[in-house]
Amino acid sequence: MAAAERGAARPTGDNRTSRRRRRRREHCLRTSGLEPGALPGQSMRARAHVWPGRREAGAARGMGEFKVHRVRFFNYVPSGIRCVAYNNQSNRLAVSRTDGTVEIYNLSANYFQEKFFPGHESRATEALCWAAGQRLFSAGLNGEIIEYDLQALNIKYAVDAFGGPIWSMTTNPSGSQLLVGCEDGSVKLFQITPDKIQFERNFDRQKRSTIHKMIVDRQYMGVSKRKCIVWAVAFLSDGTVISADSAGKVQFWDSATGTLVKSHLITNADVQSIAVADQEDSFVVGTAEGTVFHFQLVPVTSNSNEKQWVRTKPFQHHTHDVRAVAHSPTALISGGTDTHLVIRPLMEKVEVKNYDAALRKITFPHRRLISCSKKRQLLLFQFAHHLELWRLGSTVATGKNGDTLPLSKNADHLLHLKTKGPENIICSSISPCGSWIAYSTASRFFLCRLNYEHDNISLKRVSKMPAFLRSALQILFSEDSTKLFVASNQGSLHVMQLVEGSFKHLHAFQPLSGTVEAMCLLAVSPDGNWLAASGTSAGVHVYNVKQLKLHCTVPAYNFPVTALAIAPSTNNLVIAHSDQQVFEYSIPDKQYTEWSRAVQKQGFHHLWLQRDTPITHISFHPKRPMHILLHDAYMFCIIDKSLPLPSDKTLLYNPLPPMNESDVVRRRTAHAFKISKIYKPLLFLDLLDERTLVAVERPLDDIIAQLPPPIKKKKFGT
Amino acid sequence: MVEEESLRVVRCGGSELNFRRAVFSADSKYIFCVSGDFVKVYSTATEECVHILHGHRNLVTGIQLNPNNHLQLYSCSFDGTIKLWDYVDGILIKTFTVGCKLHALFTVSRPEDSVFVIINKEKPDIFQLVSVKLPKSSSQELEAKELSIVLDYINQSPKCIAFGNEGEYVAAVRDFYLSVYFFKKKTTSRFTLSSSRNKKHSKNNFTCVACHPKEDCIASGHMDGKIRLWRNFNDDKKYTYTCLHWHHDMVMDLAFSVTGNSLLSGGRESVLVEWRDAAEKNKEFLPRLGATIEHISVSPAGDLFCTSHSDNKIIVIQRNLEASAVIQGLVKDRSIFTGLMVDPRTKALVLNGKPGHLQFYSLQSDKQLYNLDIIQQEYINDYGLIQIELTKAAFGCFGNWLATVEQRQEKEAELELQMKLWLFSKKTQGFILNTKINMPHEDHITALCFCNAEKSEQPTLVTASKDGHFKVWILTDDSDIYKKAVGWTCDFVGSYHKYQATNCCFSEDGSLLAVSFEEIVTIWDSATWELRCTFCQRAGKIRHLCFGRLTCSKYLLGATENGILCCWNLLSCALEWSAKLNVRVMEPDPNSENIAAVSQSSVGSDLFIFKPSEPRPLYIQKNISREEVQWGVFVPRDVPESFTSEAYQWLNRSQFYFLTKSQSLLTFSTKSPEEKLTPTSKQLLAEESLPTTPFYFILGKHRQQQGFSPCWKTSRFLNETSKNELVQLPLTENIPAINELLHTPAHVLPPASFLCSMFVNSLLLSRETESAKEIPEDIDMEEEKESDDSDEENDFSEKVQDTNDPDLGEDIIHQLSKAEEKELRKFRKVDYSWMASL
Repeated sequence: MAAAERGAARPTGDNRTSRRRRRRREHCLRTSGLEPGALPGQSMRARAHVWPGRREAGAARGMGEFKVHRVRFFNYVPSGIRCVAYNNQSNRLAVSRTDGTVEIYNLSANYFQEKFFPGHESRATEALCWAAGQRLFSAGLNGEIIEYDLQALNIKYAVDAFGGPIWSMTTNPSGSQLLVGCEDGSVKLFQITPDKIQFERNFDRQKRSTIHKMIVDRQYMGVSKRKCIVWAVAFLSDGTVISADSAGKVQFWDSATGTLVKSHLITNADVQSIAVADQEDSFVVGTAEGTVFHFQLVPVTSNSNEKQWVRTKPFQHHTHDVRAVAHSPTALISGGTDTHLVIRPLMEKVEVKNYDAALRKITFPHRRLISCSKKRQLLLFQFAHHLELWRLGSTVATGKNGDTLPLSKNADHLLHLKTKGPENIICSSISPCGSWIAYSTASRFFLCRLNYEHDNISLKRVSKMPAFLRSALQILFSEDSTKLFVASNQGSLHVMQLVEGSFKHLHAFQPLSGTVEAMCLLAVSPDGNWLAASGTSAGVHVYNVKQLKLHCTVPAYNFPVTALAIAPSTNNLVIAHSDQQVFEYSIPDKQYTEWSRAVQKQGFHHLWLQRDTPITHISFHPKRPMHILLHDAYMFCIIDKSLPLPSDKTLLYNPLPPMNESDVVRRRTAHAFKISKIYKPLLFLDLLDERTLVAVERPLDDIIAQLPPPIKKKKFGT
Repeated sequence: MVEEESLRVVRCGGSELNFRRAVFSADSKYIFCVSGDFVKVYSTATEECVHILHGHRNLVTGIQLNPNNHLQLYSCSFDGTIKLWDYVDGILIKTFTVGCKLHALFTVSRPEDSVFVIINKEKPDIFQLVSVKLPKSSSQELEAKELSIVLDYINQSPKCIAFGNEGEYVAAVRDFYLSVYFFKKKTTSRFTLSSSRNKKHSKNNFTCVACHPKEDCIASGHMDGKIRLWRNFNDDKKYTYTCLHWHHDMVMDLAFSVTGNSLLSGGRESVLVEWRDAAEKNKEFLPRLGATIEHISVSPAGDLFCTSHSDNKIIVIQRNLEASAVIQGLVKDRSIFTGLMVDPRTKALVLNGKPGHLQFYSLQSDKQLYNLDIIQQEYINDYGLIQIELTKAAFGCFGNWLATVEQRQEKEAELELQMKLWLFSKKTQGFILNTKINMPHEDHITALCFCNAEKSEQPTLVTASKDGHFKVWILTDDSDIYKKAVGWTCDFVGSYHKYQATNCCFSEDGSLLAVSFEEIVTIWDSATWELRCTFCQRAGKIRHLCFGRLTCSKYLLGATENGILCCWNLLSCALEWSAKLNVRVMEPDPNSENIAAVSQSSVGSDLFIFKPSEPRPLYIQKNISREEVQWGVFVPRDVPESFTSEAYQWLNRSQFYFLTKSQSLLTFSTKSPEEKLTPTSKQLLAEESLPTTPFYFILGKHRQQQGFSPCWKTSRFLNETSKNELVQLPLTENIPAINELLHTPAHVLPPASFLCSMFVNSLLLSRETESAKEIPEDIDMEEEKESDDSDEENDFSEKVQDTNDPDLGEDIIHQLSKAEEKELRKFRKVDYSWMASL
C-alpha cells in the first residue's frame, strides 16, 4: 500500500484559501451577479474545516448540520489543451488535450462538455479540424488521421498518412478535402468520402519553384542569433497572409507580391496560435505569456472604404502558453498549458445578456471522476492511467459549528491501481459495499474483487470478461452491490449479477432500433428495481430491472442531461440539465411530479439559471425524503421541496434565518434553496450517512503548482 | 520724463508659460505661448522672446493659428474677446467681442468663418463648447454674437477636447465618458468606462484626449496611466479600443505627430513617451525632463515637438527626441522658503527654483539666467515623499559667498539639517561648494545673515536657530600640505536664557549684531561678541528685525507678531517710536534709508515706506494686493530714475518687488508696459524683426505720407516707436538703414529703381523730421498708451496721497524731560531679563 496522506502534508495557509475564495467570488460576480458580501454556508450550518481528511462537527440544530470530510488529497491535474476547433454549424467546440483526449463542448447548451474520447499515449494530437459538415478529424504525431464517431463515441477509423508525424491539418473552405502537413516536409491531400477519407495527391517539399518566399525578420529585441520560427499562419480570402512567429510578431504579408505589409510586435515571447473569424474581420492570437490578443479590421476613416488591421484588446486569462485559439462568432476561445479553456465573449457581438455574455473558464471535466463506498468510507479517484483508493480518516472529537476537528485516524491510501497499456481510463466505479471495483478503457473492461483482512487488502481480478463487454462509458453498482450496470459504447446496457468472486451476465438492453447513441449517464434506484439511462441528446430511458424491459422514456428536452438520480422510497427520478433546470419524474406514475410541475410553472430564480457550471451529482438524504442534494463545481445546494420556491425578488443565496426571532419570520424568509459555497472547486460531494458529508476539492493553486513554471514577466513596482 | 503719473501695481513678468499648450508657427520658426495677459512669441532656434502681443485685458486662455492664413494667430481671453494677430510683426489685426468669459479656443479649417470656444454661461461648473461665427468686415472691432452650442457639460480644460479628421467630429472627455459629436450627422455618441467601486477601475477617469490627424482614431489618457486608442466609434456597438500602458501615474497630455505615425504622451514621470505605430512594444523615451509634463504640442511642419512643464518651462524637442531649446520662465511650482534675494553680482532675483535648486532670474529680460543645484540629489517625483527642502539662503561679501540651508524632517525627532557655503569662482563664473556643515544647529535655522560691512577683514556669517543658540561662523585658513584652501568654522555660540533665536541682523558697518530671542532683542558687539544691551517691548515675538542705514544707522527696527512696529535708538538705547502695524514683510532699501513694510489686513495688503528717523511714512499705497504678500525685495536700478515728486522719490534708486501667496511677482511702476522694456531688449526686438521689415522703415513711411488703411496706421505707429528708439540710443545710431538693406536677401527686394529714390529720401528726411517731430510725437504716444494700456495694472490699485496717516501719528512717543530720560536710561542698564525667565 502506498504512503498515506499525500495531501495532508500540503500547506493550506489561510491567505491561500482566502485569495482563492476571492477570485472565485469575482467570477460569480461576473457570471451571475451574486452578492459578494453574503457568507456562504450559513443556512446549512455546516461550516467546514480546512485540513484534508479531517472531520468537523456542526452543532445539531435545524435541518442541515453535518460533519464534513473536506478532502484535498485528490491529486488530479488535467492535461494541457493542445488544439481547439470550433464548428459553426453545430455550434460545438472540439478540444484536444496533450494526453490525446478529445472533448466536445456544446456551446448552445451552456458550454456543457457533452462528449469525450479518451486519450491514448501514442496518439498525441497535433491538429484537430471539423470537415464535411460535422465530422471531426484529428491528426497527431503517430502519423495517423483519425475520424471520430460522434454518435457512438468511439474512433471510426485511423488512416496512416505515411509522412511521419503530422504537424498540421486543415480543410478546404467547402470542407470536402483534407490537407495534412507531415514531418517529412510533404503536404498530402485527402478527399473526404461519405464514410472515409481517400488519399488524393502528394505535394512534395518545394525545392526551387517557390512562388514567393516571405522571409521573417529575425531581429528580436536586439537578439539576432535566435532562430525565428513561424508558429502559425492564416490565409485570408483577399490574399493577405498573417504569420505569427517566435519573435513575438504578428505580420501581414501580401501573397501576390510576397511583401511584408505590416508588422505588429506584440510580445517578447512566442506567438503560438492564430484563429480568424469566418467574416475575416477579426482574428485572435495566443502567446506564450498567456496573453490573447484580438485584432480587428476597422475602417481607417468613416467615409472611406480603406480598412486596416488594428490590435485592439489584450486578454490575460492564462498563466501559461496559449497553445490554441478559436474564434466563434460571439467569443474568443483559448486554451493552453495551464489546462483552462477560456471563452471570452465579444460584448459587441452579444445581443442579449444570457449565457453567451459571460466569461467562462472551464478547468474540470463535466463528469464524475470520483466514486464512493458509503459503507466502508472509501473514495475511488480516477486518473488518466491509474486509480487510487483512499479510506477516509476519522475523529472522535466533537465541536461547535464551524470548528475544525482533529483527526484521530488519518486518511489511508489503500490502493494504487495502474492500468496496463497506453489507453486512458474512461470510467470507474466502486461498489457501495466497497468490495468491487470496475473500470474500463477504450478496449478493455476490468472488474476486481477486494478482500479486506484487518488492515490488509487483497485484490483479485475477475478474468473471463465476455467479448461484448470490451469497453464501457459508464459503470454503476446497485445499492446492495449485487448488480452491475454497464453502458457500453455500442449503445447497449448490460446488467450483470455479481456473486461471490464472479459474475453472471443477466441481460442486455439493446438500443432502440435505428439509434446508435451511446448512454453516458446511469442511475439506479436504491431498491434496485429501476435503472435510468441517458444519452447525449435523446430523453432518459427508464428500465425495469426486475422484468428486464423498458419501462418508460422521459420526454426529451432541449438541453443535455448533466446528472441523474432516483430518490429512495418514492422512486422519483431527478434530472438536471445543462441549462440548470431540474426535473422530478415519478417512475411509477410515468409522469412529472407535482413539485416539478410547480417548479416549471413558477420558474427557477434568475440567479440560479445564470449559473455556468453544470450540476454533476445528485443525491438524497436517507431520512429526509423532501431534500435533494446537488452540487456543481462552485456550490452545493439542498433543495427542500417542502419550502416555497424563491421568487426573483428574494435573495437566492443565503437568506440568513434570524436566530432569535420567531419561527414565523424564519418561515417567511426561508425558501427551498439552501446554497453553500464553502467548498470550491468542488469535484464531488455526497452523503456518507445521515450526519456526514464528504466533499472533494481540488484547489486551482495546487494544480498550477504542479505545472511547469510560466514565463517570468517583470511586474511594475516589484 | 513723466512724473505725475500715478503709481500702479504691475505684473512684472514671471507669469505662467505653461497655462495652455504652446503653438508652433507653420514654419516652426516661432513658438507662441500664453503668458498672463500676453501672448509671447519665442524663436525656436534662439529661445529669445521676439514679440509680446499685448492687447488683452485679462488672462489669455487660448491661442491657435489661423488655419486659413498661417501668418495669423487667434487668441482668446477671459476678457471675452477673440483677437487676430499678425504675429510676424506683432500687430493686432482684429478684435471680435464675444461677451462672456472664454476658456479655450479651437480652430478648424473647414467652416472658414467660425472658431470654437469653451464658455460657461449659467452655472460656474457647467461648460459648453460653442462655435462662434466670426463676421467678415473690414473694421477692426467686431461683435461676434452668433453662438451655437456644440457640446454641453464638458470639461473646462482644453486638453479634454479634440477635433478630428479635419473637423468632421469633435471628441470630448469628462469623468468616465467620452463623447464624440459628428458635425455632418449632427449626432453625439457617448462611450462610458466602468467606474465601479472595485479597485481596478476606480482610476478610469479620462484626463485628456487627442485625435489622429489622418484616421478615425481617438486617443484618450486616463488617471491610472493608461492610454486608450478608440476606433470604430461611429458605431455605438462595434466600437473598440486598445490599451497602451506605460505611465504609472495620470497621463497629463497626449499628441499625435503630424502624420499620425506616432503618439506622444507625458505625465508626472517627466518622461516624454513616443508610441510608434500605436504599438505597445514600439516606444521611445525622452527621460529626465525635470518636471511634470503639462502639455505637449507638435509643430505643423512635423519637425519639432514641445513640452510645457509644471516648473514654467517649455522644451523644444526635435523629431529624433533630442531637446533643442529650453524656454524657462520663473519657476513657481513650489513654495518659496528662501524669500526674494538679489544677487549682488548679476542683480538677478534669487529664490527657490525647481526642487533643490536656487534660480537666478533676470527681471529685465524676464527669463531665468541659471539654476544652481544646491541639494545635488536626484529628485524623485512621487506623491507623499518627504523631500529635502532648501529653506534658507543668503549672499555675503558682495556676492562672493552664498550660504544655503537645507532640511528634511520626516518625523518630529528626525531632523536632517545641512548648511552649505559656496564661493563665487571668477574663473568659472559660478558658485563652487566650499564648506558643508552637517547639523549646524540642533533645531531649525530661523535666520541667516552675513556681515556685509565694507571694512570687515573676515567674512562672518551668523545663524540663528530654534535650539536657542546663534552661531557665528568665520572664514579661516584650511590649507594643508597639498593645497591652499579656506573653510568656514564656528567662532562663537551665543544664547540668551534658552529662548529660541528668531532673527539676526548685522548693522550696516558690521560693528553690531542684533539677535532677537522671541520677544527680546539682544545687541552684541561683533568685535568681542559681548552682549551690549537688550530691548524688550513685550509685544509678542519679533518677526522681523533690521538696522537702519546711512543716516539712520543708529536705529534698529523690529516688527512683532502682535502687530507692533518698534524703532529703537541705539545711541540712547530707548524706544524712539512704535506704531501699530501688522507687518508681514519688512525690507530695507540698500541704496537709501528707506524701509518698506507691507502690512496685512482682512481686505488686503498695504505698503508703507518710511525712514526710521521719522515716524511718519513717506508714502502709503493701500491695497497693493488682495492676497497676502509673502516676500518683498528692493532691487537697485541700473539707471537711477528722477522722480521729482516727493512721494515717488523712494523709487528713484531701487525698485520694490513683491511676491504674493499665489506666487505672482508684482512691482510698482508709473510707466506703460512698452517703456518698461529695457533698451537692450528693445534693440533686440528691432533686430529680430529686421528680416521681415526692412521696408517698413521705408514703405511704411511712404504709405504714411499717402495715408492708407487703419491697419497700416497701426504698423506705422509701432514702427515709429522703434525708429525713435533707434535714433535715441547711442548704440543703434551706428546701424543705418543701409545695413538693413544689405542684409536682406536680394530676391525679396523690390526693384532697385523703386527703392532708390525712396531710400535716399528716407535717409535725408529722417534727421529733420525726427528732430522736428520728436517732442510732439512723444506726447502723442504717451497719451495713446495711457488710454489703452491700463491692462497691465491691477484694477484695485489705488493711491493714497495723504501721507498723514492718523494711525501712525497717534503712537508717537511723547517727548520726555531730560531727568526722566536719565532715569530711564539707568533702568535700562540694569538687566531685567532674569525676570522674564522666572
